[in-house]
Amino acid sequence: MNYVNHKSVIKRMNKRLIVNRVFKAIFFIATLFALVALAVLFYRIITQGIGYITPDFFQNFGSRFPEKAGIKAALIGSIWLMCVVAPVSIILGVGTAMYLEEYAKKNKLNDFIRMNISNLAGVPSVVFGLLGLTIFVRALSLGNSILAAGFTMSLLILPVIIVAAQEAIRAVPQDVREASYGMGATKWQTITQIVLPSAIPGILTGAILALSRAVGETAPLVVIGIPVIIQFLPENLLSQFTALPMQIYDWAKRPQAEFQFVASAGILVLMVFLLIMNSIAIFIRNKFQRKY
Amino acid sequence: MSSNSATLFLRFGKRGIHMAQKQGSDQPSVQELIAKASNKKQKKIIEKLIPIILFLIASVSVLTTFGIVGTLITETVIFFSRIPILDFIFGTEWFPFANTEPQYGILALIAGTLKVTFIAVIVAVPFGIGSAIFLSEYASDNVRRIIKPILEVLAGIPTIVYGFFALTFVTPLLQQIIPELKIFNALSPGIVVGIMILPMIASLSEDAMSAVPRSIREGALAMGSTKLEVALKVVLPAALSGIIASVVLAVSRAIGETMIVSLAGGSTPTFDLDVTGSIQTMTAYIVQVSSGDAGYGTTIYYSIYSVGFTLFLFTLLMNIIAHVISKKYREEY
Repeated sequence: MNYVNHKSVIKRMNKRLIVNRVFKAIFFIATLFALVALAVLFYRIITQGIGYITPDFFQNFGSRFPEKAGIKAALIGSIWLMCVVAPVSIILGVGTAMYLEEYAKKNKLNDFIRMNISNLAGVPSVVFGLLGLTIFVRALSLGNSILAAGFTMSLLILPVIIVAAQEAIRAVPQDVREASYGMGATKWQTITQIVLPSAIPGILTGAILALSRAVGETAPLVVIGIPVIIQFLPENLLSQFTALPMQIYDWAKRPQAEFQFVASAGILVLMVFLLIMNSIAIFIRNKFQRKY
Repeated sequence: MSSNSATLFLRFGKRGIHMAQKQGSDQPSVQELIAKASNKKQKKIIEKLIPIILFLIASVSVLTTFGIVGTLITETVIFFSRIPILDFIFGTEWFPFANTEPQYGILALIAGTLKVTFIAVIVAVPFGIGSAIFLSEYASDNVRRIIKPILEVLAGIPTIVYGFFALTFVTPLLQQIIPELKIFNALSPGIVVGIMILPMIASLSEDAMSAVPRSIREGALAMGSTKLEVALKVVLPAALSGIIASVVLAVSRAIGETMIVSLAGGSTPTFDLDVTGSIQTMTAYIVQVSSGDAGYGTTIYYSIYSVGFTLFLFTLLMNIIAHVISKKYREEY
C-alpha cells in the first residue's frame, strides 16, 4: 500500500515553489516601488533645478521675477533658526531624558510624563504651529520672529530628541555606573563624567536627525505667519526672517511656470543642507559610537 | 579607575587608559583627590538640586501638551460662542469666506482629509507590507543593508518637497491617464502621501516581523513549508499586532499631513466621494487661513483652532488605538 503518492506530492510541491517564486517577485516589486519613486523625485528636482543654481541665486533676495529670485534670506534665516532650535531642544531633550532614565522613580506622575511624550510625538506639526501662534507670537508677543519660530520648532522635535537621548543613555551599561559609585562618585558626578560622555555620540546623532526634520518643516512656520519675501538679513533673534521651506512653498505656489524651476533649485539647496546634516550624524555615529 | 582615568577612558577609549597608566606617576595622589572632592556641603546641595532642575525640564513636555490642549480648547470655545456647535459637527458645507451667511460645517473638511488618507492607505499598505515581507523574509543581509537606508532617506524628505512633486509631476502624469482630473485634486496628493508614509509602514512592520523568533520560522521550514508559507502563515500572524499598529500610526501621519495637501489638494472643501476635483483638508484650511490675512479676533481666525482641535482629536484617537493594539495584542515569546 502506498502511504505517499509521490507523483502528486511532486506536482504539489512544484506548484508551491512556483507560487513562492511569484510572490517573491511581487514583494520585490513592492520594494522597488519606493526606490523608483525616490529616484524619479531626485531626477526631476535635479534636472529642473540645477540650471538655476548660480552664484546670483545665493546672493539675491526673494523676488517677484523668477530670474532675479534668490535664496540668500531663506538660507541665512534657516541657519539662524537652527541656532535657536539646536541649543533649546537639545538642553530640554537631554535634560528630560536624564530625568526619566536616571532619576525618575516608577510612579504615576513619571508614567504620565512618558506617555505624554509618546503622544506628543504624534501631534501634527500644524497643531504645534497653532500653539506657537497663540503662546509665543501673541501671548509672549515675540511676533513672527526667529525666537518664536525657534521655540515652536524646538517643542515640535523635542519628543524625537528625548527618545533618542533616552536610548543612548540606556545603552550605557549599569556596571559602568556601579563602578563609578564604587569609586565614591555621587550620582551627578557619575552622570556628567561617566554616562553622558559615552552617551553623547548617540544623543548627537539623534539630535541632528531631529534638527534636520526641523529644517524641512514648513507647516508651523506658515501658521506662525513667517513672511516670505524679505529684503534684509536678520540682525538679532527678534528680527523677522524667512526660511528655506517657506521660500520653496511660496515659489511652488506661484502660477508662472518659471518659478517651478526656481522652486526646484530651492529644494536642491534644502536637500544639500539636509544631506550635510545627515552626513555629520552618520559620521558621528560611525566614528564615536562604542559598543560595550 | 580614578575619575580621571575614567574620563580618559571615555574620551579616548582603551588608548586613554594606557595613557593614564603611563602618566600614573604624574597623577595627583588619592589623598589630594579626596581632599578636593570632600567639599561635601556644596556637593550635597548640587545633588539635591539637580533632580529638581531636571524634573522642571522634563515638565516642559507636559506643559507643551497642556499648552496645546488649553489653547485649542479656549479658542474653540470662543468659536462655538459664535457658531452653534451642532452646525459645526453636522454641517456639510464649509464656506467661511462667504460675505453673507458663512457656513462652518466641518464634515466637508473631514471628507477631504479622509479621501486623501484613504487613497494614501491604499497605496502605502500593500507596498509597505510587501516591502516589509521582502526585507525581513527574502532579502539577503547585503540587500537589506542597501535598501533600509534608502527607505530612511525617503522618510526624511521634507513634506514640502513631496508637495512640489505631487503638484508638478504626479498631477500632470495622472492627467494624461485621467483627462478630467483637475489641477487640484484628491488623487495626486493621496498617492504622494501614500509614498510618504510607505517607509514608516515598511520599517515598523519589518521590525515587528524581525522580532518573530528564528526558531519558529525554522520549525515551519523543517515541516516542509516554502518561504512564502512561512511568511504568510507563521510570521505575518505573529507580527500582526505590530503591523496593524504601524498602519494606524501611518494613518495618523496621513491625517496630519499638511504641505502636500496644501500644495496639490486645492482649497475647495466638498462633501462628496469625488477624487478628481479640488478638495480641502483640515490641515490645508489652517494653512490657507494663516497664510492669508484673517484678522485677529474674527470668526475665521477662531475657526482654525476649532479645525485644529478636531484634527488633534483625530490623531490622538489614532495614536491611542495604535498604542493599545501594540500593547494588548503583542505575542510574547
